[in-house]
Amino acid sequence: MKPGGILLAAAVLALGGGIAVHPKRGAAEPVRTVSDAAIMDGLPRTLAEYGFFADAPGQLPAAGVTPYRLNTPLYSDGAEKLRFVYLPQGQRLTADGEGLLRFPVGSALIKTFAFGEGAERRLIETRVLLHRAGGWEAQPYRWNDDQTEAELALVGGRTQVVTPEGQTISYRIPNKNQCKECHGLDGAVVPIGPKTRNMDARWLDAVVGEVPAGADTLPRWEDRARAPDEAAARAYLDVNCAHCHRPGATASNSGLDLRWEQRDPQAFGVLKRPVAAGRGSGGHEFGIVPGDPQASIMVHRMASTEPGVAMPELGKATVDRDGLGVVARWIEGMAK
Amino acid sequence: MIRLMIRPTIAAIALASTAPVLAATHTVAPGEDAQERLQEALILAEPGDEIVLEAGRFAMADGLSLDVDNVTIRGAGMHASVLDFSQQQGSGEGLLVTSDGVTLRDFAVENPKGDGIKSKGADDIVYHAVRVTWTGGPKATNGAYGLYPVESTNILIDGSEVSGASDAGIYVGQSSRITVRNSVATDNVAGIEIENSRDAIVERNFVSRNTGGILVFDLPNLPVMGGGNVLVRNNLVAGNTTANFAPEGNIVASVRRGTGIMVMANENVWIAQNLLYDNPTAPIMVIAYPLEFSDPQYNPYPRAVTVAWNQVDEGGKDPQIDGAEQLLVAFGGALPPVMWDGLVGAAGAPPLAVHPEIAGWTLNLTEQGQGMAGARPAPLAVGAPGGAISTEGWGAGAELAARIK
Repeated sequence: MKPGGILLAAAVLALGGGIAVHPKRGAAEPVRTVSDAAIMDGLPRTLAEYGFFADAPGQLPAAGVTPYRLNTPLYSDGAEKLRFVYLPQGQRLTADGEGLLRFPVGSALIKTFAFGEGAERRLIETRVLLHRAGGWEAQPYRWNDDQTEAELALVGGRTQVVTPEGQTISYRIPNKNQCKECHGLDGAVVPIGPKTRNMDARWLDAVVGEVPAGADTLPRWEDRARAPDEAAARAYLDVNCAHCHRPGATASNSGLDLRWEQRDPQAFGVLKRPVAAGRGSGGHEFGIVPGDPQASIMVHRMASTEPGVAMPELGKATVDRDGLGVVARWIEGMAK
Repeated sequence: MIRLMIRPTIAAIALASTAPVLAATHTVAPGEDAQERLQEALILAEPGDEIVLEAGRFAMADGLSLDVDNVTIRGAGMHASVLDFSQQQGSGEGLLVTSDGVTLRDFAVENPKGDGIKSKGADDIVYHAVRVTWTGGPKATNGAYGLYPVESTNILIDGSEVSGASDAGIYVGQSSRITVRNSVATDNVAGIEIENSRDAIVERNFVSRNTGGILVFDLPNLPVMGGGNVLVRNNLVAGNTTANFAPEGNIVASVRRGTGIMVMANENVWIAQNLLYDNPTAPIMVIAYPLEFSDPQYNPYPRAVTVAWNQVDEGGKDPQIDGAEQLLVAFGGALPPVMWDGLVGAAGAPPLAVHPEIAGWTLNLTEQGQGMAGARPAPLAVGAPGGAISTEGWGAGAELAARIK
């Protein structure tokens, strides 16, 4: 995790104490500017129409919009991610075990992708997930070159960015359908990030008002070197892969289930043969070969950037060396 | 306060849904920003709309996707409107369909980096006169599947063409009520594959220059298993002599060059009235799943496979099998057309019946997973087919065929 991430984490806790929607602090709440109408209906052409930010280019949230972070984040070519949740007035989040938080209708999740540090930081896109009466909807917004506004980009697009490793890449802003490829579960769009097992207990206590059993159990990515190999790797796979590789989701037909709670080694790839991998198999027979990462299809596909081979299929133009290292180390250490 | 704002919205949605739907046509021409224009049309389409692809080549830098029900994508012909994915930078397939009631017709997908057209959880879909081609011919670097419906019910693939797939040209997986007909599958590893699926009809296809022609498989460790009720009839399966070019690790990488129609671990499969020529390993092969597995729900054995009358040549003249030379000598120059591995499974009786005019041979294996080392080859001695079976409920519904009349 870059310094930005740590600062963000600190900001989250600070903001969580000050601005978070919490019944106990309701009396002290500042005036709200978020447009509930924009959240509930239509296709707002600009991000500004939602009013999620007091200062959008600066990513300072408006009243009712609370930043959060995830212990282990999803890798997106090294983009810095700024995550926020909005709750309508008088509504609250509820937790049900270690899984997803429950969001009332009218809630929104807001995630901004940025590259560059400090004054050089450029916002690329802001994705919003809106909990409407008929279910969740995903809308992508693309920031303009002047960094003054983000406009609806239903078809997504490509833009050049320089990754933290200094590589210039063609970064893919997903289109509306691609949002669903990752966020789809049993035909509906759902949030995938805010599972309590992957969230800070202090944040949950401050914002949700409780810390459910199993919360805050995934290791913090910046502490991965100190976490057990299995925990770091399974957390990484849960966060980066399991939204597709699970029953009812985009890659369900592969039979590979990479969710944190999956306990059957064959289901999460150990000596599991591929089904529809095609050349993605790289000539290997099994998803995971214990003790042999180089013979494991999982490692082969994570290490590729070639469409048709590369995993994840979306949102990846560069290899996540750190993530690959964690997974490879876990496989290396498995008893043969 | 929030309630006051929500109510009119719900009322508006209710009104909109009862209003008559007027289908619209959105025409997309090739040229600059074709990717964005086409993808935008696919996203903004309303149910019932038609997206028309004008004639020409459309340069696609990314995969396309459709998630709106009852939309038709119609080109000017499978050689006229070409979606060219040679410069594709992302996505696992050329076109992904995730909605129901879709019709894809009269266009082509060329050189996708992964699969050609995938439809997942997309019921009531028609593929008509679509073409997926990897223009460089058979190569391990080609994508896996050409036409790839999966986890779907009610699928019609008609009059389509696929060549160059490094796995299966036309692949239907984990689905039911399937018809694949009047289509051409050439220069793929597997021409047509029906996998972990039920109630399928594969008929009147031309299947040539693949490694294996038509495969009917059931594999373990998948969400949908128990493949069966498959009718393979009236196909021309000829000259499937392309060396296997599938990347290792995939089940089709183990298919022997020169396999005509192959059944692995399915129940109730009927093979009739096909023309089988020059499939020099085995015109017809019926075997158990040959690999180790640990899935207790999985049945690795074929059951109730019928090889009725088919027009077959003399059989395996150049088999890609260990000990081929001795086998050819033993069987007088060609292996008899039907090859069975000899495994009987729990039934205790041969899982196949063969027309008396078609000769066969058996490996006489005694254990699943034993491999060729345990083979004791002998002429096949199994019963003749019984009476006709009912195929009621097999194949795509008539309403799908009506859509392309």
